[in-house]
Amino acid sequence: MAKKRFDIRSVDRRIIFTLIFVAVAWPLIQPMRLPIDVSPPVQTLYDAIEEIPPGSIVMLGGDYSPDTMPELQPMVETFIRHAFENDLRVVVACLWPASPPLVERALTPLAEEYGKEYGTDFVNLGYMAGGIVTLLGMGASIPNTFPTDYGFGAADIPSRPVGEIPLMQEVENFDDIAFVMEVSAGTPGTREWIQQIQGRYRVNIGSGTTAVGAPNFYPYVSSGQLTGLLGGLKGAAEYETLVGFPGDATKGMDAQSIVHALVVVFILLGNVVYLISLRRNRGAEE
Amino acid sequence: MTMKLTAHLTLAVLFLAAPCAFAQDAAPDTTALPLDTVPPGSVSGLTAVDYVDNSDEGDRIEISWQASPDDGAGEGDVVSYQLWRSENAGADWDSLGVAGAGQTRYLDETATPGTEYHYGVAAYDGTSYSERVSAGPVVGRANLFQMTRLAVLVLMLVFFGMVLTFTKLAERGADLFVRRIPGLNAIEEAVGRATEMGRPVLYVPGIGEIDNIMTIASLTILSHVAKITARYETPLIVPTARAVVMSAAEEVVKEAYAEEGKPDSYNPDNIRYLSDAQFAFAGAVNGIMLREKPAANLYLGAFWAESLLLAETGFEAGAIQVAGTAMVSQLPFFVTACDFTLMGEELYAASAYLSREPKLLGGLKGSDWMKVLSIALMALGVILYYVNQESGFVAWFFTQ
Amino acid sequence: MRREIPLAITFLIGIFMLVDFFVPHHAVSTSAEEMKQWGTIVIAASILLGVGNLIRVHFHKIRRRREGWGYSIVTLAIMAVMFAFGGPWGTVEEGSAFNWMFLNMQVPLQSTMFSLLAFFIASAAYRAFRLRSAEASLLLIAAIIVMLGRVPLGQYLTRSWPQAIQLPTLTEAIMAYPNMAAFRGILMGAALGVMAMGLRIILGIERSYLGGEK
Repeated sequence: MAKKRFDIRSVDRRIIFTLIFVAVAWPLIQPMRLPIDVSPPVQTLYDAIEEIPPGSIVMLGGDYSPDTMPELQPMVETFIRHAFENDLRVVVACLWPASPPLVERALTPLAEEYGKEYGTDFVNLGYMAGGIVTLLGMGASIPNTFPTDYGFGAADIPSRPVGEIPLMQEVENFDDIAFVMEVSAGTPGTREWIQQIQGRYRVNIGSGTTAVGAPNFYPYVSSGQLTGLLGGLKGAAEYETLVGFPGDATKGMDAQSIVHALVVVFILLGNVVYLISLRRNRGAEE
Repeated sequence: MTMKLTAHLTLAVLFLAAPCAFAQDAAPDTTALPLDTVPPGSVSGLTAVDYVDNSDEGDRIEISWQASPDDGAGEGDVVSYQLWRSENAGADWDSLGVAGAGQTRYLDETATPGTEYHYGVAAYDGTSYSERVSAGPVVGRANLFQMTRLAVLVLMLVFFGMVLTFTKLAERGADLFVRRIPGLNAIEEAVGRATEMGRPVLYVPGIGEIDNIMTIASLTILSHVAKITARYETPLIVPTARAVVMSAAEEVVKEAYAEEGKPDSYNPDNIRYLSDAQFAFAGAVNGIMLREKPAANLYLGAFWAESLLLAETGFEAGAIQVAGTAMVSQLPFFVTACDFTLMGEELYAASAYLSREPKLLGGLKGSDWMKVLSIALMALGVILYYVNQESGFVAWFFTQ
Repeated sequence: MRREIPLAITFLIGIFMLVDFFVPHHAVSTSAEEMKQWGTIVIAASILLGVGNLIRVHFHKIRRRREGWGYSIVTLAIMAVMFAFGGPWGTVEEGSAFNWMFLNMQVPLQSTMFSLLAFFIASAAYRAFRLRSAEASLLLIAAIIVMLGRVPLGQYLTRSWPQAIQLPTLTEAIMAYPNMAAFRGILMGAALGVMAMGLRIILGIERSYLGGEK
């Protein structure tokens, strides 16, 4: 009478799903802080920002939308934190309509943590339609291109003409901007910033993009047109490591590492089972 | 030379005298440099051409030049380039605009179509201008053909010629060989299997809009599949994510049933619009798979991230699955989860393959020969590239 | 006549769009832009057709008490609620009920469905990546290298190996060369397929998408 053996071939999918669930959830709850090697493009970006004298004004270009938030929001948060840590003042300007509220979501807790005041230490100029046309306008005059700001919901500050904002008195064009951090998920985005602004106005531009888009920009990093590049969640995690505040990206990378390792284990296990059953069948035939 | 010396001496005296003029505690500025009176080097290779892009009114001229030798090199003191425009061949010049240092291009968007212009460019280093270099005459016109796309036009006409030639050959009865595509044979087998088991066929035409070629290709295959299901009276369920695609699918299936002589078997409730939202659609299709248990799932068209959700659930529901898409990023998911996958152009070949109609087969052969031509051109290009690298032959050839 | 008119329209507009690609004259390009706008409007108007179909299908299901007809009631009810809130109070404003429902119900549900992919990838990998043949083995090995090379774990595991065979380096090489080559090959083939198909549609040789052959 054949004993009913535990047949690993018919492993219930639910076991696989449970293991995946644990593999994803555990590092998110209990960060493992797996060592993250920093790649040169990220190091370049970090070093460039470190060299900016305190009190200078930097610009954050927000050109993304909710579906790319998981990869790009950590970059935005870490950049703002880096800027506030180094006493840099931040001007936010967006070419995508969905971006201003997302950047505001990053600004709100960080402004409170660092005691930064809207209008003096940072300002969100919001969104202006036009893509390349907007960029060209900014090159000529930023206040003319963004006549009103977006406001700051957390402090109940409504939108006002930029003439009334103290920080904007010091910003006319890119001569007043020490560095541009362009976070982009598509078009208009990094490429347009490089083509329209970097060549003409000689301002340093660093960029953060999705993992899918990053390979397109490595040539710009080698040619020096981009001062550093953060590629995808991994780039964001590397940047978080450098700034010293591991956040969502680092947690995400931990989870991703474990899940990838687990899937590899499943594949190897599946093959072991397959080879054993092949041998068994061959044995049965003989 | 004497002029320069005199100028320098004058300036030196002025600088030395300046502190005396201001009898203050201000110490003399010993780090001040004499004013730079050396003009920068002028630009070279100046050209002005009629600018053409997708919408041309003839009002744009593109001016380009090679940078001044003192721009970023040499003296390194060029700060901008000044541009002028003249309507009377340089008799008098109007200031046109300024380009920044490092730039070698300027677009004049204020030209009047049909007017002859000359352009002048000089480098500026903050105090003096280089010699003005001029180019022209140039006339802006609303062009009738974009010369940069000439190669595309030629290749396109060659391609269309091939397609039409093979189509004619096929119509005259020539036997055109098309290799066996297992995925397409599998479609018929899958429908047969569903008929035997008495279960429906699920046909998902992707989530692309009707203007997506993959969706149109899918609808042509649907016509063929609908004829088979009509013949064997197998239920056919077609969930769609776009209203227009739903309308088109209704027409296609209804006609197919009519042609097979089974217009009463056509059930309009089986052609369903579910949702435009990607994952809502996936969820709804999964629901159909688990409730109505189709024995054959056909995924043909444009898919995005929901591809694996559909294919995995279909596998669990025990259906035989055939997928076809040209979305390269989704092919790996379909290959792992489905029994057969049509990759890229196999989807477009399907209508020709399944119907064996001469006109359609001709198109297929034309594409194939165009591919051969493309490969030959690419190989030629690679060879010429390396020949040029080694010997500069190609560059030399084109300058002769 | 029923068939001839759509084919004629397809032919004329198809040829005109081709002409627009090669002729930059603004008279042509402005007309082409107009037509593209018309296309968008026509498609947008067709949403009404989709909604009509949805209502009809579910209504029949309820009336005939088909299996799962309770869910049909839920579907129609929710559709009515969204319409009721979206219509009078608007859909885009920050504080509107429609917006709230979208952000707090639709978006989390969508993210949840999306996240199912993680689980499905694991079960598909377990089942499908077997050493069945030479090609399958290649796929298997490449998958393992790239999966580990893309995360910090891969760097960590091979940190003491020579640079050239560390997992991230191998991953980059696989993605940049064989993967990119195959990608481009499929894309080029598909592009030619699209052109041939486009030609057939414009010339009216391919007409099954209009419904039937005759």
